[in-house]
Amino acid sequence: MLLGVNNLKTYFYIECGVVKAVDGVSFSLDRGETLAIVGESGSGKSVTALSLLNLISTPPGKILEGEVLLEGENILEFSEKSLQTIRGNKIAMIFQDPTTSLNPVFTIGNQVTETILTHQNISKKEAREKTVKLLKMVGIPNARGRLYDYPHQFSGGMRQRVMIAMALSCEPDILIADEPTTALDVTTQAQILELISGLQKELNSAIILITHDFGIVAGLADRVLVMYAGKAVEYADVDAIYYRPCHPYTLGLMKSVTRLDEPRREKLQSIKGSPPSLIDVPPGCSFHPRCEFAIDVCRKKIPKLIEIEPGHFSACHRVGKGGLEVI
Amino acid sequence: MFRYIAKRLLQVVPVVIGVTLIIFLLMFILPGDPARMLVQKGASPEVLQVIREKYGLNQPWYVQYGKYMWNLLHGDFGTSIRFKRPVLDIIKDYYPNSIRLALVALIIEAVAGIASGIISAVKRHSFLDVLVTISTTILVAMPVFWFAMLLQVSFGLKWDILPISGMGDGSWRYYVLPAIALASVNTAFTARIMRSSMLEVIDCNYIWVARAKGLSERKIILKHALKNALIPVITILGLDLGTLIGSAILTETVFSWPGIGRVIYLAILQRDVPVVMGCTLILVFIFILLNLIVDVSYTYLDPRIRLGDRRAV
Repeated sequence: MLLGVNNLKTYFYIECGVVKAVDGVSFSLDRGETLAIVGESGSGKSVTALSLLNLISTPPGKILEGEVLLEGENILEFSEKSLQTIRGNKIAMIFQDPTTSLNPVFTIGNQVTETILTHQNISKKEAREKTVKLLKMVGIPNARGRLYDYPHQFSGGMRQRVMIAMALSCEPDILIADEPTTALDVTTQAQILELISGLQKELNSAIILITHDFGIVAGLADRVLVMYAGKAVEYADVDAIYYRPCHPYTLGLMKSVTRLDEPRREKLQSIKGSPPSLIDVPPGCSFHPRCEFAIDVCRKKIPKLIEIEPGHFSACHRVGKGGLEVI
Repeated sequence: MFRYIAKRLLQVVPVVIGVTLIIFLLMFILPGDPARMLVQKGASPEVLQVIREKYGLNQPWYVQYGKYMWNLLHGDFGTSIRFKRPVLDIIKDYYPNSIRLALVALIIEAVAGIASGIISAVKRHSFLDVLVTISTTILVAMPVFWFAMLLQVSFGLKWDILPISGMGDGSWRYYVLPAIALASVNTAFTARIMRSSMLEVIDCNYIWVARAKGLSERKIILKHALKNALIPVITILGLDLGTLIGSAILTETVFSWPGIGRVIYLAILQRDVPVVMGCTLILVFIFILLNLIVDVSYTYLDPRIRLGDRRAV
């Protein structure tokens, strides 16, 4: 096992209370595997990702408990200095918004080589050559000539390619992609996703893909973790999730994706209501106020994540051995 | 870039015409007769008349102005009515003192202001941050002349480690106290602006990206954050240098510093128009030049700014 996350809890202590952004999340990841973490905005996906790098700003945030095992070692116990040798090197991250992720006052060549020089003991010249190779690899035309260009001279899609080149510059074991295509238009989205999965095969990295879009999960992910209000509500292989979803929330998310291969529906469905404030999470199952299958027990008892078939976990009172009882 | 600088320098011409006109008119509006300032009380009207004619004071203001500008075009700044010596000599005597003092003050301002601003932003809400906030508030609130006297009393009289007046032999020791006094208020402002600018920058996405890249916190602050946060501070520092040169009158008075601030002040009191004009013009040149330097330095700090390019900025 390359990465094991056990019972991770990241809370933020702010004036009006405690935000339980990540509340007991566990998952694991192997080399070459892709895990998709899916959920609405504010479900704790990004905080989960940042916690894996121990990049929570303290205060107000704090990783309360749990472990992040990278090849068996709990990196949450590492010193800041050893963490720096992991960040960008063994675990790299692509951020959501490429327009603000690159420093506007340094050339992109500088920013990519900087990562390489931080982690690898090679000369500046070699690092620059490597950067050219990386930029070529992610499909930036005239890579050598663009080394000395600044971020504002690139389009959004090209900037995200630079970010990907930067993230892959040290051949990381794990690549975290936090909504890598949210800020991009649809055609660019497809190109970037194709690029990521292509490079994954080449480097045999593991990918954690964070998204709110079930549409892009199918083509990329091996396993899916669905998060709601800081908790994992369903965790399974991608096929199981698509064919036998075992949580009303997962079901709702999937219904809200437009599909081209189905006859046109009257109206695109959506999940009623909005995600709860993480300070004031509803008692019992935090999804119950929005759930059409909610019964009494859902309002009182927090459901446990249980294995309903081998490798398929769901946290719902209404789920039995045969899947979601009500469907 | 060269074209841009040439264009900016050409703008000096209208500015000089405007500035000279304003000063000339102001000096005319001010009550008081320059001729009377030159003679003892009770001088006869005939004497005054002679003086007026000698200096051309009896002519209408536009004739005087025209004459002045004509001479200026030939490099002649005129002669001081009071000191009876060429204004250019006065400028040469006093400006270097002022510029040197202002440069030392600027260095103090930049180093102390930027450093304390960074520290209080990075260690936000810590003891150091509170210390910086309190001390900058005190510095801004304190009258400069009083702060200057405090420096004189403590470092000069009580501990006797630094000279408290004049330039002496021009050694660095004479600069320390006046430069600190001169820099005090501006240092506090610089620290405040540096702090808020830094706080804004260290919350930016690219700073988190830099952390996720595995860079050390030191490198993140001193490389990635600093260059971005410096942009507003540079504007202030550039313009401050002009103010430090021209408006140091309180400091110059307390420390008996032979600077241009006092010269201009006294010349205004004595209606010594050529001196006021000459010294102010030089100050205007300095300001224009500093503005230009600030604008050019932006292009090095922020590549998104391209001078003379309408698309950018």
